[in-house]
Amino acid sequence: MTLALYVPTGSPVHRAPAGAKLLTLVAVSVVVFAVPTLPVVGGVLAAVVLVGLGVARLPPALLGRQVRAVLWWLVALAIVTGVVGGVAGAALVVLRLLALVLAAAVVTATTRVTELVAVVEWLCSPLRVFGVRPARIGLLIAMTLRFIPLVAERAERIREAQAARGGTVRGIRAWTTTAVPLLVQVLQMAHTTAEALDARGADDDAPPARPPSRGRR
Amino acid sequence: MKTRDLAYVALFAAITAVLGLVPAIQVGPVPITAQTLGVMLAGSVLGARRGFLALLLFLVLVAVGLPLLASGSGGLSVFAGPSGGYLYSWPIGAFVVGLITELSWSRYNLGWALLANVVGGIVVVYAIGIPFLALYGDIPLAAAFTGSFAFLPGDAVKAVVASLVAVQVRRAYPVIERPRRAAASQ
Amino acid sequence: MGHSYGARTVLADLTVRLTERRVGVVGANGSGKSTFARLLNGLVVPTEGTVTVDSLDTRTATRAVRRRVGFVFQDPDAQIVHPTVAEDVAFGLENMGVAPAERAERVAEVLTRYGLAGHADHPAHLLSGGQKQLLALAGVLVMRPARIVLDEPTTLLDLLNARRVALLVAELEQSVVVVTHDLPLLEGFDRVLVFDTGRLVADDSPAAAIAAYRSLMAGRP
Ligand SMILES: Nc1ncnc2c1ncn2[C@@H]1O[C@H](COP(=O)(O)OP(=O)(O)OP(=O)(O)O)[C@@H](O)[C@H]1O
Ligand SMILES: [Mg+2]
Repeated sequence: MTLALYVPTGSPVHRAPAGAKLLTLVAVSVVVFAVPTLPVVGGVLAAVVLVGLGVARLPPALLGRQVRAVLWWLVALAIVTGVVGGVAGAALVVLRLLALVLAAAVVTATTRVTELVAVVEWLCSPLRVFGVRPARIGLLIAMTLRFIPLVAERAERIREAQAARGGTVRGIRAWTTTAVPLLVQVLQMAHTTAEALDARGADDDAPPARPPSRGRR
Repeated sequence: MKTRDLAYVALFAAITAVLGLVPAIQVGPVPITAQTLGVMLAGSVLGARRGFLALLLFLVLVAVGLPLLASGSGGLSVFAGPSGGYLYSWPIGAFVVGLITELSWSRYNLGWALLANVVGGIVVVYAIGIPFLALYGDIPLAAAFTGSFAFLPGDAVKAVVASLVAVQVRRAYPVIERPRRAAASQ
Repeated sequence: MGHSYGARTVLADLTVRLTERRVGVVGANGSGKSTFARLLNGLVVPTEGTVTVDSLDTRTATRAVRRRVGFVFQDPDAQIVHPTVAEDVAFGLENMGVAPAERAERVAEVLTRYGLAGHADHPAHLLSGGQKQLLALAGVLVMRPARIVLDEPTTLLDLLNARRVALLVAELEQSVVVVTHDLPLLEGFDRVLVFDTGRLVADDSPAAAIAAYRSLMAGRP
């Protein structure tokens, strides 16, 4: 799995349990909304930066990237809130956004994907209502990561084939003439994948899947 | 859930990710991406339950740190940002698209498809995304609402594309009625 | 036994008993070969009659049948789901509840046998077509099924890889059913079935069955 956003430094923050980090993140977001005063929100932001750079030893550039990603939002929100609520209001909104985004970035950068997936499996237990077995989450993730390059590749092939036959490459028509055959192809592929998984015992712990026979003999 | 349903769910999570590779048009602070097309298609093709799960799975992958969003971003920070509400709305939007699609399945046509995709893929998404933005930025709902109108033309085009595609896929590979038909033939 | 998808009957009035170690299945496109193969391991249950494997009914003992009958599909891309080669091979063993230590051992053994040992930690989707087909085969064989069904295992392969798969099939201790358009693959088989529009039209030694298949096809416009 590509861990584009995980930055290993072996700090105490990295070693802290993923569940605890996520809970802290939730706490941070509750506090900055529940107590909307400059000292509290500013303090939270300072603490987040301190933990991220000082304790977790994350590269400052990483946090900088996260800020740049929301820069436009920062400017737009600052202008709108500035007009409505003055400079203090604008500062509050901006600091809050920074605190939230950076806190989330610190958790993501210090927690392995596998740990987060384990927390996700635990969080997904209520989804049993929808008939999802939490143990299947790993399989779902693996299948998705597998399908991403396959779908992209088949889309490209269909576009090429249509271009070769002089098809349109722009506009709504191009979208539908690509999407329909693509979807039919990949749905078929997903079906075969499921069969192949079943053939290797994927549904072994599932309840009996077949409806009663209506055979004529 | 059968393995086949899991595969369909994973497939539409993947399709939503691939739609993120389509270059976004930047309008102000917000990139207009093709990814909400994934919301509409997942609901239209898979129905409510599997469509919901497909988008939820997609968000889980984003949350655990895979850079699958159109901007190449991912991780928990996107959920903590001002546009987080739009992300949260995706699974619910797909569910509503799927629900309307399933209810109209026997007489499904372009009109029903458009209704489903507009209600689930646009109305629901805005109804969750805009108040979230207003609350988050401490700005009046009206201001957030006006700002979001920049998305409307793009979203309308997506709803049309999704509907045209959904109607044709229903004829070629009907996933929603498949289980019933298979049950009847076995 | 017979099978229909909805209103369309794709296999009708079929009664066969397979006891040979090497059985081939040939026939025109759409004649029902893949459906026949799927019936053998319970991926599809017949709409008429029954299919039994070692006296297990595929309808009622689906799981036991699937464990006993390995199935290799034509399109290896559709069979590989895990990110790395070793993980993908381990998948079936996980489902069987094999302990991690034994799992690793069996995976390593199979990968070595198929010349994939050097690729254990490689991303599975970057393998070549032939390697993917070998991986698909490895993922099934690691489960040590008693019988194996292969649906067009050589269709996507170049001559070299097709010959490799043919050799591997020839070496298997298990009894094997191979659906194929690759007639040389059937050399040395014990029995070959010929399907035509859902009916079994020939059932003979490879030479005789293939001759029947050729003359059947030659008579078509
Ligand atoms: N899931 C399905 N639903 C409906 N019809 C199907 C399904 N699978 C196969 N068929 C139909 O059943 C018939 C036999 O298909 P099958 O795949 O068994 O043929 P085949 O002999 O394997 O052909 P090929 O050589 O092209 O692989 C075809 O007419 C096909 O259209
Ligand atoms: Mg076939």
